[in-house]
Amino acid sequence: MGDPAGPRRPYRNVARWIEKTGIDLLNMRREEAEAIFRRIGITFAVYGEGGDPERLIPFDMIPRIFSAAEWRRVSAGVKQRARALNAFLYDIYHRGEIIRAGIIPEHLIYQNEAFLPEMVGVEPPGRVYSHIVGVDIVRTDAEDFLVLEDNCRTPSGVSYMLENREIMMRMFPELFARSNVAPVDTYPDELKKSLAEVAPPACKGDPCIALLTPGPFNSAYYEHSYLADLMGIELVEPGDLFVDEGKVWMRTTRGPQRLDVIYRRIDDDYIDPLAFRSDSMLGVQGLFNAYRAGNVTLCSAPGAGIADDKAIYIFVPDMVRFYLGEEPILKNVQTWRCALDDDRAYVLDNLKDLVVKEVHGSGGYGMLVGPKATKEERRVYAERIKADPDNFIAQPTLNLSTSPTLGEEGLSGRHVDFRPYCLVGADTRLVPGGLTRVALTKGSLVVNSSQGGGVKDTWVLSE
Amino acid sequence: MMLSRTANNLFWLARYMERAEATARLIEMGQRMALLPGPKESNEWRSVMMAAGAVDAVDGDKAVSEARVVKTLLLSADNPTSVRYCMERARANARAVRTSLTQQQWETLNDGWRRFEKMTTSEARKNLGDHLDWVKTRTATFRGATEGFMLRNDRYDFLHLGGYIERANMTLRLLDVKYYVLLPETEVVGGGRDHYQWRSILLALSGHRAYHHNYAGDYSPWKITDFLVLSPRFPRSLKFCYGGIRLHLDRLAEHYGERHECCKTADEMLERLNTKDLGEIFQSGLHEFIMGAIGTTYRLSDEISDAYHF
Repeated sequence: MGDPAGPRRPYRNVARWIEKTGIDLLNMRREEAEAIFRRIGITFAVYGEGGDPERLIPFDMIPRIFSAAEWRRVSAGVKQRARALNAFLYDIYHRGEIIRAGIIPEHLIYQNEAFLPEMVGVEPPGRVYSHIVGVDIVRTDAEDFLVLEDNCRTPSGVSYMLENREIMMRMFPELFARSNVAPVDTYPDELKKSLAEVAPPACKGDPCIALLTPGPFNSAYYEHSYLADLMGIELVEPGDLFVDEGKVWMRTTRGPQRLDVIYRRIDDDYIDPLAFRSDSMLGVQGLFNAYRAGNVTLCSAPGAGIADDKAIYIFVPDMVRFYLGEEPILKNVQTWRCALDDDRAYVLDNLKDLVVKEVHGSGGYGMLVGPKATKEERRVYAERIKADPDNFIAQPTLNLSTSPTLGEEGLSGRHVDFRPYCLVGADTRLVPGGLTRVALTKGSLVVNSSQGGGVKDTWVLSE
Repeated sequence: MMLSRTANNLFWLARYMERAEATARLIEMGQRMALLPGPKESNEWRSVMMAAGAVDAVDGDKAVSEARVVKTLLLSADNPTSVRYCMERARANARAVRTSLTQQQWETLNDGWRRFEKMTTSEARKNLGDHLDWVKTRTATFRGATEGFMLRNDRYDFLHLGGYIERANMTLRLLDVKYYVLLPETEVVGGGRDHYQWRSILLALSGHRAYHHNYAGDYSPWKITDFLVLSPRFPRSLKFCYGGIRLHLDRLAEHYGERHECCKTADEMLERLNTKDLGEIFQSGLHEFIMGAIGTTYRLSDEISDAYHF
């Protein structure tokens, strides 16, 4: 927008439609959409902020659009990355070739908190550790897509991809009739297929699959129940499961029922108090042993989190070359590791231009956005970096692309990022779409929903 | 087959919905009775509180005010028979089993569930009728969404079992509070007072019109008792509720290929209701009969939980 040549080509159809519809009507429709979201119950719990315990994520009605050509590139890049990350996980829990080859320093792996020694030598079905890889992508110019971070544990937000589309189709059917938008509603089927493909080899017939949730108080509970429903599998809480003779069982009205695959949306620390945190009230006693014995498949595998560690992120392009023998299609954002003397010196000298993140942090908590911070905030943060340099990385504040977004006074550009959800089973699958998150505050770069970001529908146009 | 926890949530979801409606109707009855020119000393609000099990909130023989009732039975966040408590619990149970409910069932429970959260007693009293209507509409819509769209599987059966058990319970509790006005000897008290009391019982169960259709307008304790205990047609009578319970237990037994203790308990109760006539019930003591039936219903609820592992 604002370009003298007018909107970019993929957006032209939508631009015409916006003009015809008018901002007032669009704003009215947005209120309708929010009422629908509220009634259906698509809400998001934000921890420790008081106020509405079941808050809505703001929804922006203007879709973010990829042309078919753009999507081909993103899609190939994301699948490539997902395969490399899984190959990396298999490697480090087995021979560690990438360390022997001198590509990744040993201590970054073996002394990493996200590395689970208990997983060494375990053979997950299909050698898949991370079955759903969420890759956060930004764009800085017309050519390049950059990866901001990978999510290899239990990336959330895919329900918004599905519901945003659902709402858009309900409210603007005429727009879809005119545009050639690739459907995303096959995601639950594809996910179920991927999960079934990684059932334990000993499992004969249709595997029994369940989604393991911490329960209704988890912020993503809506998504858990929504996905379980669309896949037609049970939504279980830890109390519904028990382990007997190394096998996992669900408590049902007919008595115990054997379980083969668990799509777990519970962190490693909490899945099994016997193996991990003994103070966990959440876990299933003996689950990890059942997994190690090959009697049940956990998706994602315990210990998969090391692949999305921010200290490891820097090496993902090298992984692509090392394991796949290909050139990475998606680039990384330039990243400085505060652990290295030269990098740290640069970071401390240039704090006002950089975004600094904790290596193990997530969700936008505990980061410093240099240009937005006060002098004092930067000084305090610099002390934190000096005290524990290994714990920090820094990236330039990117000139992120913006996407037209509806505000009270009309359309204006807001920064966006994009998360597609790559499925890995026997095949690698990617539904044409994903979650576009948008920073609703003008000039803001933080798109996390816990920090006041919103969401948009994402369109991939067919040729 | 389903998770035991799911069965538990569905069973209680239905109980709480049924209870929310019953409490709303009780309050409505109290309000109607308070407007009638009746003997003030009989204070219907008192029996409303007793029937709703809010015994602690009743202070000896003292009259109970409407404000007190609204606070305890409509707005209380922790009285297990208050409308707010029941609606919130129903929703919480539903939220835990969303995948077992239809979209419309869920939306009915989710829409406006926080209505009473910040309401003060005086605000609630200003539009009491509207609030009670809202509750009745919610429960009716939920029932409609259930009947119209829910698959007739075991989930449907657990939902109905909870509903019928709660409903039987409510009818029995009301009879327990009012049994003395239904004893034949109270007829000697005669006149306006009994008429007034009988009418209140029927109002609380929304059965006054149905009663008139069935018994041609003549109030008598025998007929009212007959209506509430033995009528096969009145959907809140004990016999009707037990008929529903047996139907759904039979369906489950067939579905799972196994009969449990709970089936026997329901059969025996129904057998008693089918073979006894009112004379025998009165002869062996109405109060004893009611107490026995309350005990059986509690036991039945436990037996259902045991049989299906929840």
